[in-house]
Order: sequence, then structure tokens, then C-alpha cells
Amino acid sequence: MSILIFADQAQGKIKKAALEAIQYGAKVAEQLGTTATALVLGPVEASELVALGNYGAQKVLHAADTRLHEVESIVYTKVIAEAAGKEGSMVIIFPHNFDGKAVAPRVAARLKAGLVSGAISYPDTANGFVVKKNVFSGKAFANINITSDIKVIAIIPNTFPVAPGTATAAVEAFAPAINDADFKVKVVKTETVSGDIPLTEAEIIVSGGRGLKGPENWGILEDLAKALGAATASSRPVADAGWRPHHEHVGQTGLTVRPNLYVAIGISGAIQHLAGVNGSKVIVVINKDPEAPFFKAADYGIVGDAFEVVPALTQAVKKFKEA
Amino acid sequence: MKILVCISKTPDTTAKIAFTDNNTKFNEAGVQFIINPYDEWYALVRALELKETIGADVHLITVGGADCDPVIRKALALGGDEAFRINADSADSYYIASQIAAHAKDKQYDIILTGKETIDYNGSGIGGMVAELLELPYVSIAAKFDLNGTVATVNREIEGGEEVCEVSLPVVVSCQKGMAEARIPNMRGIMAARTKPLTVAEPAAADTLTTVVSFELPPAKAGVKLISPDNMDELVKLLHEEAKVI
Repeated sequence: MSILIFADQAQGKIKKAALEAIQYGAKVAEQLGTTATALVLGPVEASELVALGNYGAQKVLHAADTRLHEVESIVYTKVIAEAAGKEGSMVIIFPHNFDGKAVAPRVAARLKAGLVSGAISYPDTANGFVVKKNVFSGKAFANINITSDIKVIAIIPNTFPVAPGTATAAVEAFAPAINDADFKVKVVKTETVSGDIPLTEAEIIVSGGRGLKGPENWGILEDLAKALGAATASSRPVADAGWRPHHEHVGQTGLTVRPNLYVAIGISGAIQHLAGVNGSKVIVVINKDPEAPFFKAADYGIVGDAFEVVPALTQAVKKFKEA
Repeated sequence: MKILVCISKTPDTTAKIAFTDNNTKFNEAGVQFIINPYDEWYALVRALELKETIGADVHLITVGGADCDPVIRKALALGGDEAFRINADSADSYYIASQIAAHAKDKQYDIILTGKETIDYNGSGIGGMVAELLELPYVSIAAKFDLNGTVATVNREIEGGEEVCEVSLPVVVSCQKGMAEARIPNMRGIMAARTKPLTVAEPAAADTLTTVVSFELPPAKAGVKLISPDNMDELVKLLHEEAKVI
């Protein structure tokens, strides 16, 4: 009865959110006195698989079938359910990223397992099996008791620590029963924004709002992001105005992010925006209006003109990095 | 063409979040309720656009008590043809998905649309669960949905980009920004909605697999530390030494 962790990959690389899920699963395994098995679907190098031991997986089940390279929810669900049956897994862990959201609910329904998605705590087994999750778009938390025999938990990326050790995992080839007819959704094209750090995985995010006055002024923000090694994001009005692509929109109706550092430039901090970012560990707000509501949610604030403050901050960061 | 749109009632995005009954219930006092924005702006409006361009019957379904009726009437006012309310109160996504699947089972829907998540429970599970229970293909978190006969082209969000997918109907799709332009109901729609059919049905037998034990509010922030705009070296130092984030 090992803990099964769905460790998703992109272009043969195990995603950071998946490593977090493995480490989370290993901790749950320890808690429940069992072992952790990571399940990897699609072609991935053997060395990459063995290295998952560093994150606490005792075993890696690897289905190398090239047809599994992209997520097809019907197929993935079949494969994960088969792996769970084989391993006798009563707890299945997913990263709550795009792949996890595509597959975890299907797996839960198939196995008749209670699902907690957006989990931010380890299970508390003192009285049932209680997991804390984000609700009201990050404005509150709920403690949810999973009452079914099999339990599915999808954890929010960048919430649980990753501290790799030096163990190796036993890799076992896995040939699940799938056939071509199961592939109903076919990926015809993948469009990725090259060179960008995915926002949901970013450790530092620099985000701009209407205070930047126009898309032509995004250069100062991008310079700061580059100096910090950060991803860039925007508020909703900016995305709605078409200044920035909509996949950069952070907030209640956009992406929810939890970086270590969120730098908000010229964003007033409407409640809907805060909902998407208040899981950030540290928030820096740069705004010329000292009454901007965002300052109430900030750890560090600078009341000043973004067009002066941001380049000065970029210089200070560069100086620090070079030192 | 028959389309089913799943509708959830949620507190308004600006609602104050507070709890009662020893932190076990959401405090509804003074809160305005709306159609979950993802359900309305993207799932419902995309269904209406399809209805206008290729012709379709747009059915709406919600799982909830009579307090959901104003919200479902608004969805009818926007252009839905017929609504179903499954009279049950639950926060468990498996239970809710089971109700929707039980309703949809014999109705031959070509497309079932949901929002990508609700803004209250943020479960993002209903679409995938309904798809599994009905054994239908599922495309999650879609920003675009086009039809060519009975083949849909759907753009699904992935980390740092999009996948363009093709799938034959019937299909379940969860919708997000990009799908459609938000609309507001007009007077004609509001008048028409009053007489459109809203069928209340008792729930099918289904299990509840999770229960809410309690709610919590996040701890208040300690307060902002203000730094002079002329002293960015100080900010960098604090971020490195105090906050330890760079």
C-alpha cells in the first residue's frame, strides 16, 4: 500500500511541481508508515528517473510508451488507476498544476476517491484524514476530511519545500494496458512562450498594473525581472486592455500564484488581485499612491514613482548580484 | 446540437469572507451572490455564441437549494433555453458531479461546459469528474473552442503556453478567459427568462466523499515596512538578509 505520486514531465524533464509532489508524498508515506512510488508517463531519461530518489521516492514506475508524451485525460486516468491498483495505493498525490487539474478529478471519480485539490497542508490523521486547502481564491482556508477509502490530494505548486537528498530510486518499467482507441483528444500543436518561466512555478514574479501607463513602458519591468531571474505578470486591467497576453493575468479570475517574492508595480491591489497573490511569501509594493490598498497586504512598500524607483531597484539588484 | 452548461452560485468577487457557527459555515449576511464568473463569462457565453452561429439548445444545470434560483434565472436571461436545478446542498465535488452525470446520462448532450473552477471552493474538479462518470473525453482549462462539424478544436492551457487539441463530440470542456466576451442580460432576455422552464429535480443517490470540518482566515500581515524610494540598496539588503528571498 504505497503512496502513489503522479510526477508529470514536459519534454522529458520532471516538472518542479512534480518534485514537490514527490517530496510531499514521501512525507505522507513516512507519516503513514509506508513507501512512496512516483509514476512517470512518457519518455524520460533513466538518470532523471533514478534521481527521483533524492526527493524521497523509493520506487519509480515508468511507462515509457511514447504515446503518453502528452496528457490525454482518459488514457492517463486508466494508467494511473492501473498503477494505483498494482501498488495497492490508498493515497494518490498530484501537483495542482495544469496536468494535475486535467487528470486528478477523473482519477478521483474513477476510483471513487475523495479529492482535495489546492492542498496546502500534510494530512492530519489524528481525527480522520483532514487536509487544509485554499478556498475563496486564497482569501480563506478550509479543513476537509476525506472519508472515502482511497484519497486523492492535489497540492499547490511552490507551497511545500524541496530539499533533495542523496538516495536513488528503484526504477521499474511499467506497461499499462492502453490502446490507440483510448486517445480521444489529440494534440495537434503546442505553443509555448519560449524562454519564459511558467508563472505558477516561478519563485520570483514581477507584476505590473495600470500605473505603468502603457505596454511601451514594460521595458523597465522586464529589466527588473531579468535582474532578479523572475517571471513577469500583470493585473487584470492590463490584460483586458491587451497590453500584456492574458496568460500573464494574475488574480481571482486569472492565475493564482505563490512565489517566494511578488513585486507589484503600479497595481492598486483590488481584492480580486490580492486573491491571486496573497499566498506569496513576501510582497513588495511600489506605488505612488500611499493610500493604495495593496500596501496593507505588503511586507515592504515603496511610495514613489515607478519610472524612477524600478530602474533604481534594478541597479541595486545588479550591484548585489555582482558583489 | 445540445449543450449543457454547469452553473454554480458563488459569492460576488468583492464579498467579505467571514464564517459563522464556530467557523463551519460561510457567513452569507450582506453577501451578494452571482453566477460563478468562469461559468458565466466563458462557459455560458461560449454556449450562447455557438447557439447563435450554428444553432443549439442550451441547457443549464445547477446543484443547490432554492436560493440558487435567482442565479439560474439570470443565466436564462442571458440566453439559456431551459434550466434544471438538482435540489441538494453539497460541497463535495464527487456528489455534485454525480448529480450532473445522472442528469446528462440520457440527454445526448454534444457538449458539456463548466467553468475552470468556482471562486468559492476552487475545486476545479467537476468537469473531469463528470467526464469520467459519463466516459467522455475531457479538455481542461480551455481558452478557445471552435467547431467544425462534429470535431472541436480546443486550446488547452499548459505550463507556459497552450496546446491545440482536436476531439470529436461529445466532449466535456472546462472554460477560462479567452473563450468568449462577457455579456450583460438585456431587458428582453430578463422578461423571457421568467417564463423559460426551470425544472427542479430531487437528487440521484450518490456518495459524499469529503466533508468540510472548518474554515480559517489567513493570519493578518504584520504591517508594511516602508522604504525610501532613494534607498533601493536597503530594500535589496532586507530582501536578502531579513526576508531571505533573493
